[in-house]
Amino acid sequence: MTRTLTPHDVDAVPEPTRLATGERGGLPGVRSAADAPPSPDELRDDQVDGLELSARLAKTWGTDKGLIGALSTVDHKIIGRRYIVTAIIFLFLGGLSAVAMRLQLAQPENELIGPDLYNQLFTMHGTTMMFLFGVPIGEAFAVYLVPLMVGTRNIAFPRLNAFSYYVYLFGGAMIWVAFMLNIGPDVGWFAYVPLSGPEFSPGKRADFWAQMITFTEVAGIAVAISVIVTVFKLRAPGMTLDRIPLFVWAELVNSFVIVFALPAVVTASAMLILDRLVGTHFFNPAEGGDALLYQHLFWFFGHPEVYIIFLPATGWVSAIVVTFARRQAFGYIALVLSLIATGFLSFGLWVHHMFTAGLPQLGASFFTASSMLIAIPNGIQIFCWIATLWDGRPIFRTPLLFIIGFFFIFVAGGLSGIMLASVPLDSQVHDTFFVVAHFHYVLIGGNVFPLLAAVYYWFPKFTGRMMSERIGIWHFGLAFIGFNVAFFPMHITGLMGMPRRVYTYLPEMGWGNLNLISTIGAVIFFASFVLFLYNLASSARRGPMAGPNPWDAGTLEWAAASPPLPQNFDRIPVVTNREPLWANRDSLPVVTGLSVDNREQIVSTITHGRADLRESTPEPSIWPFIAAVATAILFIGSMFTPWAVVWGSLPLAVALIGWFWPKMSTEDER
Amino acid sequence: MKHLPLILLSAILLSACEREDREYRSNPVTAETEEKIALVPLSAGPSGPTEHRSGLGKEYEENAYHIAQGKKFYVWFNCNGCHANGGGGSGPPLMDDRWFYGGQIENIVQTIREGRPNGMPSFRGKIPDDQIWQIAAYVRSMGRNVPKAAAPGRNDDMHSGPAEQRRPPGEVIDGGQVPPAAQMPQ
Amino acid sequence: MRRISSILLLLCLPLAGCQGWQSALDVHGPAASSLARMFWIFVAVLATVWVLTMAALLLSLRRRRAADADPLVTDPGTERRMTITISAAIGLTLVIVVSLTGLSYAAQKVLFAHKDGTLTLLITGHQWWWQVTYEDPQPNRVFTTANEIHIPVGEPVLIKLESSDVIHSFWIPNLTGKMDAITGRQNQIQIQADRPGIYRGQCAEFCGLQHAHMGLLVVAESKEDFERWRNHQISSAIPPSDAEHQRGMEIFLSKPCIMCHQIRGTDAGGKTAPDLTHVGSRRYIAAGTLETTRGNIAAWIVDPHGIKPGVDMPTIQLEPNEVQPLASYLEGLK
Repeated sequence: MTRTLTPHDVDAVPEPTRLATGERGGLPGVRSAADAPPSPDELRDDQVDGLELSARLAKTWGTDKGLIGALSTVDHKIIGRRYIVTAIIFLFLGGLSAVAMRLQLAQPENELIGPDLYNQLFTMHGTTMMFLFGVPIGEAFAVYLVPLMVGTRNIAFPRLNAFSYYVYLFGGAMIWVAFMLNIGPDVGWFAYVPLSGPEFSPGKRADFWAQMITFTEVAGIAVAISVIVTVFKLRAPGMTLDRIPLFVWAELVNSFVIVFALPAVVTASAMLILDRLVGTHFFNPAEGGDALLYQHLFWFFGHPEVYIIFLPATGWVSAIVVTFARRQAFGYIALVLSLIATGFLSFGLWVHHMFTAGLPQLGASFFTASSMLIAIPNGIQIFCWIATLWDGRPIFRTPLLFIIGFFFIFVAGGLSGIMLASVPLDSQVHDTFFVVAHFHYVLIGGNVFPLLAAVYYWFPKFTGRMMSERIGIWHFGLAFIGFNVAFFPMHITGLMGMPRRVYTYLPEMGWGNLNLISTIGAVIFFASFVLFLYNLASSARRGPMAGPNPWDAGTLEWAAASPPLPQNFDRIPVVTNREPLWANRDSLPVVTGLSVDNREQIVSTITHGRADLRESTPEPSIWPFIAAVATAILFIGSMFTPWAVVWGSLPLAVALIGWFWPKMSTEDER
Repeated sequence: MKHLPLILLSAILLSACEREDREYRSNPVTAETEEKIALVPLSAGPSGPTEHRSGLGKEYEENAYHIAQGKKFYVWFNCNGCHANGGGGSGPPLMDDRWFYGGQIENIVQTIREGRPNGMPSFRGKIPDDQIWQIAAYVRSMGRNVPKAAAPGRNDDMHSGPAEQRRPPGEVIDGGQVPPAAQMPQ
Repeated sequence: MRRISSILLLLCLPLAGCQGWQSALDVHGPAASSLARMFWIFVAVLATVWVLTMAALLLSLRRRRAADADPLVTDPGTERRMTITISAAIGLTLVIVVSLTGLSYAAQKVLFAHKDGTLTLLITGHQWWWQVTYEDPQPNRVFTTANEIHIPVGEPVLIKLESSDVIHSFWIPNLTGKMDAITGRQNQIQIQADRPGIYRGQCAEFCGLQHAHMGLLVVAESKEDFERWRNHQISSAIPPSDAEHQRGMEIFLSKPCIMCHQIRGTDAGGKTAPDLTHVGSRRYIAAGTLETTRGNIAAWIVDPHGIKPGVDMPTIQLEPNEVQPLASYLEGLK
């Protein structure tokens, strides 16, 4: 399968594949007799071959059996798989709460669900979809796929990555347990003060919401940092900036947006918690605080949030369009630049969520302009994808069907977004079902449809088995019809004056029929997900075997086995093209010289992807899990007493000391 | 034994959710609760004084929603006109530990409903029974005689002191003397 | 087929959208009509963009490449043609975006420009009803009502918006867009009705349990009718005319009602709930929830939490024979 590097390949790579080892001055990169192994007892991957190499590496990079082993793992694939599965479970929970709401709204003055439960339901729906599904699902795919796509063996800071998963899991579990106990938050997913403040939300409900934010944001930022460093420093030799797969670019930009946006909402939720529990007055107008401050902070995060959800999806779309169009991406540079532009612009739009708050008119109209401007980079992406398909030879398999669905729905949602960007028009449709329709077109069209495509596309890589194509087509059909039947009528109900977040409405308003149609659509849409679940479960057990590259795709993850071995690649590939597997159809050039018995990775330069260093990456450790438990104790405790921040930091300190305790292992001696 | 932590955990969680229950309709809707509360442990005869508690007290004073409602009605019904924000004015303070007429929630309900000498009017028939209970629960929270988690946080208003939930837990000492200032002129 | 049906649905939109009591496209004021006109321009432009994009997408799905073509090989001619096409499309997008921004800004200038009028209202949002104060330079002509405002036709009315608790949003779709009532701030909005009618609005910012039942009515009427109404509202409640009303008033005054409600001209002076001085003249009770009939008033008094669970109106102790006189007294407060 693989071949070692020939001089020809070396020429193809600018300054290729030299693995410098610092003071030793050895260059064990390209297989060469001149390179003496740095230590005689250490086996390197040019000394063994074939199955033996695979087996030894699998042992080095493997995860121990048993509960402790499972909780100690730092394998990005295992963590990534857990992340994906957890996020999809939250997707289903959020979907179930949506179906419950739709049943309540099916007819006027319905008494199925009372206002208290309904308010909790829509808060849980929004919170779950945005914080427990939307953000994590993009990061989850990054955790699994980015190391594979950039041709390395593990994600950077793998323990941090493991830690982030547990924190995310605990935060999500906490809020759903609270909901099950009838103490779920009931203030909406953006929890505006004063409604969510201490006076109007007595009890712990809003505290659970605010603390869940803290959990997910800690987790989100940790993953984002891991991803950024992985993309910058762990790329395979030869993967220059312009050979980075578009998916990886999308995740990189996304991670930067996360790192800059999430602190704003952590600030907002921390101030909210302080107001509620310590009695500060950040949002109390009577004592000089300001209720609008919260909205600014929240939306300074909240609008980039939309792009945090959408950017990974552009990565999925790019990957799938290229593979199924059987043509390399048209306008690679344009696509990358529009990703970056989207990332920047996403921070300049937040005020369009506050057009009816009575802000100065000139200021508001600036945000009209910036909001409309973001149509340009998004337009470039859409046009480039269409061009790629145009000049390609589309193969209509389930992933591509979902991508076509994505185009239909997302473009419609983006265009209705242009209406919302206009201050005067927004004053009519803001906070109505028109907005509900708009952002479901954007978010389901822009994230869920590409996600479904991505699951169908990468499922063979994750499990080694193909998903059923027949069920896939049914799934797509039901999802597409169900979605449009559910959400298109909401544009009209919104224009007819139905505000969002109402648990019922009067019969004389005339919204009954449209709401009934929406409910029917929602049930169909949910049924399509039940079918999806069945497809996942049955294909995971009985699906036909996939092989490493079932779609004949071009990016590096398809060079690994399906599912990938713990080490991902037996030898690190050398990248000579944006689509390495298309450029080197017979065998992939590789570099050798990495240790077989130690977890060594290649660290490369940021721009040129030149191999720079061999660097050990951390072994499995239980400490990230313990640190996550300690973090959870601190966060949950601090909802009940501010002193938890003090005593809660002790177990956390112990966990961190354990985590960073010098190991005196070979990795430290070198 | 193995399940003990689990049982404990669920017990804690269940006790937590009662605190959050939002009961809008008192049940039965129009009944007035009968409470017989002894102010002193003395009584004629060998047995102690007979008491009858409806058990509603715990339900109200451990429930954050009820206490928050009570806090709102406390202002709406002008309790603060005499008692200020608990520090007392022409009426006695409510946030200290001295209770002339008993400091249990049942006593307070009785005080609001029946009135007391020297100026406390009777609100029977003026404030519905469930709202009296809510107000009484809030009054209890002023001296922090309710669980911390149920006591109100600050409200969106000017503040002279810490919110109820941040006050140290108080105690209740029944009895005491009416201060001269509050006594009727002889 | 699906496409066709959804295009058909799109064409039905004007028909569907124009009906309905609270529709933003059923316009009765200058602001709403300019907004509706702008809405249709946006829809036309954006729908065209959508249709063109989808047409391009569908055409792109034709297989142009040979089955055995190398995916990495591209034809420079095609590449160039596609670059030009996309650049043109992006240029067009830019033009559209810029002109829509310009259109929006122009509309905004007109919409939010201050127009001179004589009438000023202070509307305060409460959980979950609207308090309306008609301001007047003469203090004895200031009065307070709730959940129903009357305005003279053809005249801009300035509305000051405040909130006593959480954020609410004032929205009369038939007349103009919405404006939030924010705690600790005062916002202003102007409304104007072109023709007499009854327009409904509803709180548009989530404000807690009964956000769904926080409606209000705008009654636009001729200048004379409006003045007549206003003078009547300024006056105290009409005294009970018969024995039943007399008894109803006595019940009202002896019950908890007076703790929160005011009926001017009686001893009831509560300020924390809607003013009931002329409640019988209002078309709806319970903030746009129930039509004002004797039966509905009785139902509301007997079980407010069955109608608006969580509302501050309590369930009170009433004898069965007290409900009827009380409801008929309140209904009689025209």
